[in-house]
Amino acid sequence: MDAYIQGILILSGINLMAVLGLSLLTGFTGLFSFGHAGFMAIGGYTAAAMTVKYHMPFIPALLIGAIAASFVSAIIGALTLKLKGDYFCIATLGFGEATRLILDNVQYFGGARGWPGIPAYTNLTNVVIINIIAIVLLANLIRSKHGRNMIAVREEELASQIAGINVFKYKLISLMISAAYAGIAGGLMAHYMTFLQPKMFALTKSTELTIIVIFGGLGSISGSVLGALVLTSLPEILRAFSNWRLVIYGLAVIIIMITRPEGLMGGYEFTPQSMKKLFSNLKGKRLKSSEGRE
Amino acid sequence: MLTINNLHVYYGGIHALKGVSLNVNKGEILTIIGSNGAGKSTLLNSISGFLKYKGEIIYKDQKLNFSPNKIVQMGICHVPEGRLVFANLTVEDNLLLGAYLRNDKKGIKEDLEKVYTLFPRLKERQKQLSGTLSGGEQQMLAMGRGLMSSPDIMLLDEPSLGLAPLLVQTVFDIITDIRKMGKTILLVEQNAFKALSIADRAYVLEQGKIIMEGSAKDIANNPSIKEAYLGVKK
Repeated sequence: MDAYIQGILILSGINLMAVLGLSLLTGFTGLFSFGHAGFMAIGGYTAAAMTVKYHMPFIPALLIGAIAASFVSAIIGALTLKLKGDYFCIATLGFGEATRLILDNVQYFGGARGWPGIPAYTNLTNVVIINIIAIVLLANLIRSKHGRNMIAVREEELASQIAGINVFKYKLISLMISAAYAGIAGGLMAHYMTFLQPKMFALTKSTELTIIVIFGGLGSISGSVLGALVLTSLPEILRAFSNWRLVIYGLAVIIIMITRPEGLMGGYEFTPQSMKKLFSNLKGKRLKSSEGRE
Repeated sequence: MLTINNLHVYYGGIHALKGVSLNVNKGEILTIIGSNGAGKSTLLNSISGFLKYKGEIIYKDQKLNFSPNKIVQMGICHVPEGRLVFANLTVEDNLLLGAYLRNDKKGIKEDLEKVYTLFPRLKERQKQLSGTLSGGEQQMLAMGRGLMSSPDIMLLDEPSLGLAPLLVQTVFDIITDIRKMGKTILLVEQNAFKALSIADRAYVLEQGKIIMEGSAKDIANNPSIKEAYLGVKK
């Protein structure tokens, strides 16, 4: 396959990994975060430290990165998850920026100059495999009792509390899993770019992830997959428009949000069952319209 | 059954409850009446563990200082103001959610039947999405959902809020029926007249303080209460 297209697919896959995590937190638990780039940074730098400084193999390094991101998220969550709605959102924003600024000043990781010479372990095969595992795990989590509890928290927080769901616990679990996904995404990114710089994890990165989740449709894993693929490759497809491409990118997002405010998938999922249903519905409609004509 | 001693609640600088003490006896309907902002909902929210408070709340000889989910498990059920049903779930799913903490399948099934007998309207609309119910039906659903947790005491927050007068009567009739099932009821209402007509005892809450307590009948006949809450001129 063309190395250029491969590159776009790998970047989409890396974004998808972070978006899947954010989708659990934002789409299914109802908590907006503007600090997920921070978790990506923690995961990325930790994983890179493992492979570069301790010569660890790739997968264990990724997992350690995920655990580190998850651990930090537990601390952040314990402190901020009692905050309601917008306030939590702002707290995550602060966390993301703080992480970036701290990394700017840690000379051990190269500071603001960046950190070159990370081995290039990430390739299309392992990105695809990791993403498939991540999607299967997430889909199963959401269908489990725990996933349904998270959805209940999103729908009516007070009512789920009254039904006896430990709201704080489920918010924290959701945040921790979400951060672990973002951490893996950061690790993949570090070993694809072979270079890390705190600037890569600025607020724009967090916003991009949130846009993808909303664009794909809150509460839909297939929406997140579609959103990550479309929105990561769109700037590349639009390269022909050179300077105008980001304008067109912005327009595309705005048009989708006006015409489909619920996002591309709007809470629906691509599954074999839903496909069957869709086709039988279409068939039914066609039959009806042909009957009408007679 | 439930005793509150010297309860203080603050919202930032606002002192919402200023040393409220009361007790609820087993099997009675106790009503707390008061105007807007008197602290009625605050009181219920502190019992359910949603708020931080000073003072003590004792339930069945045990001090309540647990998280809300533990409190539900102990048999205290809160039917919130504004109903808060899960709009995207069917009526039946909403009811089953009320039994979230229970594991006895047989008991849950029995209680579901009981709720359907108590609210025949919910049975008719079993498979309907609860967001499409009318306000009165949603109130019934919220109460039914509360009953599904098999509580000993129900805290009802403004069950008549936003309902047509005819439905208000139905809702209050149902509250008396629930009491007959052996549940204790703590009813918070702005509709003082209706609340006093079904309650055994009443407390009057004004600006975070209990200013009067007594049998519902005495309170309903008290001249100043009549004037302030029941709209009867001297």
